[in-house]
Amino acid sequence: MTKLRKAFSNLMKKIQSGKFVLTGELEPVKTTDLSSVIAEAKSLRGYVTACNVTDNPSSYAAVASLVSAHVVQKEAGMETIYQIRCADRNRIALTSDLLGAAVLGIKNVLTLTGDHTLLGDMPNAKPVFDLDATLLTGMVRRMVDEGKDLNGNDIEGPRPQFNIGVAANPNADPIEPEILKVVRKVENGADFVQTQVCYDIDKTIEFLKMFRMFSVPVLVGIFPMRSYGVAAEFDKFVPGVKVPKELLDKFKQVKQQSISKAEKREKYDRINIKFFAPFIKELKKSGLCAGCHIMSVHYVEIIPKLLAEAKIKKAAQKISPLAVASSPSS
Amino acid sequence: MIITTQKPLEEIMRTLQSYSNIMIVGCGTCATAVQTGGEPQVREMADKLRGKWFVDTVVVEAPCDERIARKDWREIQRQGRGKNIDAFLCLMCGAGVQTLAEIAELPCIPGLNTHFLGKVERIGLYYERCRACGNCHLGETAGICPVTRCAKGLMNGPCGGMIDGKCEVGGYVRDCAWFLIWQRLKKFGRMDLFRKVRPPREFGLEAYPRGIDAIPSHRIGRETTVMGPEETEKYIVKAIKEKAKQVKNAKSQDAPVVK
Ligand code: SF4
Ligand code: SF4
Repeated sequence: MTKLRKAFSNLMKKIQSGKFVLTGELEPVKTTDLSSVIAEAKSLRGYVTACNVTDNPSSYAAVASLVSAHVVQKEAGMETIYQIRCADRNRIALTSDLLGAAVLGIKNVLTLTGDHTLLGDMPNAKPVFDLDATLLTGMVRRMVDEGKDLNGNDIEGPRPQFNIGVAANPNADPIEPEILKVVRKVENGADFVQTQVCYDIDKTIEFLKMFRMFSVPVLVGIFPMRSYGVAAEFDKFVPGVKVPKELLDKFKQVKQQSISKAEKREKYDRINIKFFAPFIKELKKSGLCAGCHIMSVHYVEIIPKLLAEAKIKKAAQKISPLAVASSPSS
Repeated sequence: MIITTQKPLEEIMRTLQSYSNIMIVGCGTCATAVQTGGEPQVREMADKLRGKWFVDTVVVEAPCDERIARKDWREIQRQGRGKNIDAFLCLMCGAGVQTLAEIAELPCIPGLNTHFLGKVERIGLYYERCRACGNCHLGETAGICPVTRCAKGLMNGPCGGMIDGKCEVGGYVRDCAWFLIWQRLKKFGRMDLFRKVRPPREFGLEAYPRGIDAIPSHRIGRETTVMGPEETEKYIVKAIKEKAKQVKNAKSQDAPVVK
């Protein structure tokens, strides 16, 4: 049993209040211009409580996640979950970035091991992996609880105020080593879990059941896909997850039809809603998870439709959400 | 076993261009076992190079063992064979090449590429097994090395990239090391070891050219000296003092000060 830890972030507060929580995902790319990320964050306001900001996803070098997370919080008024991976930084760099995050008022950190550097766009980079997600979680825990770094050296000033998230993959097969590993992360200090994208409701529920005894809130990852291209690419390139064949086939059929773009959009949307709305409803009904992590990057317009269909109330936020219709075309 | 393979012949010939008298040196240990630097390979290489170069051959039992290499080199010289040689072509691992170079003080051309410390399944099938991390964890990981066999060298795996027991690196063909560790620990009834959080690795142990000096009197002044922080500090302080003395002397002699 993990004791209820202090909630520093709005996300953690909301999770602890027992509400069904939604988080979103922002994926800054190799750019010096964050305006589209800011716009996307703005359009997610009112629907999600916080947004993950990815860190060199799939080992493709992108604009710093810490900088992006800070800019999003400042410019879009959206709380962020700052992702930080071990693939590119040793314990010194991780510590200094985390101290920087504390200075900038980041409240959620998601610790990741990270995809291997060989999978990215600079495959000859030196893979770091000085720590792994479990050890990084423990390191952040110590910073927060004791005001000390990994080696026990004192950190000056107020202690960092982070709620720590970790990743899990309910699709893993066999599932046992994955569960045991996530348990290690929880025991090492995680506050909440966000899962990899899930498609199989039975498998997901089973995972959540196995996990219940650790009473750590879990946000289940879902991924409404904008088009066949997105689905196929995800299926092919994201390690650890496969898009169900029926779903992929349905997307493919739409792509092959000779109909207008708008009609295609409509059909894609409908497939997503038909698949994911019952999925979310079922999850909510099970009472086993704290909410959903919606990873539909560049596909914000699906979220209100999906939530309406799944009968999820909008997230109450102080800042009034921008009209979704005016969300940026990305 | 140290796993080596032969360099392309063209590369070897290109490197040898500026020399005329070559001694091909084989290794009687690892390179003999993996058939890259044994008697037959040395002979074969000699046949290929003869005509263009004057060639002599020898196989040293363990060229990486300074004691043996020195003894053999002395014997070769005693026989009068070493006189005209202007380069060694070494069919051995990099450790052997360097040991030889220190002893003979002659150009040593590597004829092999050194790959890793591994197991030999049969000739041509070699698998890396140890990265010589300096702190062996095998006792806790069911005899499977996570440092070497996990693509990320993770101490607390598996990572999210494991699918069906395979690793994300290389397209899910290779076994995930942590999957193997889990399987075997389960068989041993030692899930406690799997559940354990292993501390961060001590990269300080392998962060510089390593050496082990078992004899304390040999420590100072040897390139293999392992200096602790205190010794390092003393060494630096001594060096600074000496430098200061030099500068002072130079000044007192009214010579221009070199900074
Ligand atoms: S843990 Fe692995 S790399 Fe380290 S000494 Fe043992 S086998 Fe070698
Ligand atoms: S899949 Fe397994 S072997 Fe590959 S990097 Fe992850 S933990 Fe290591």
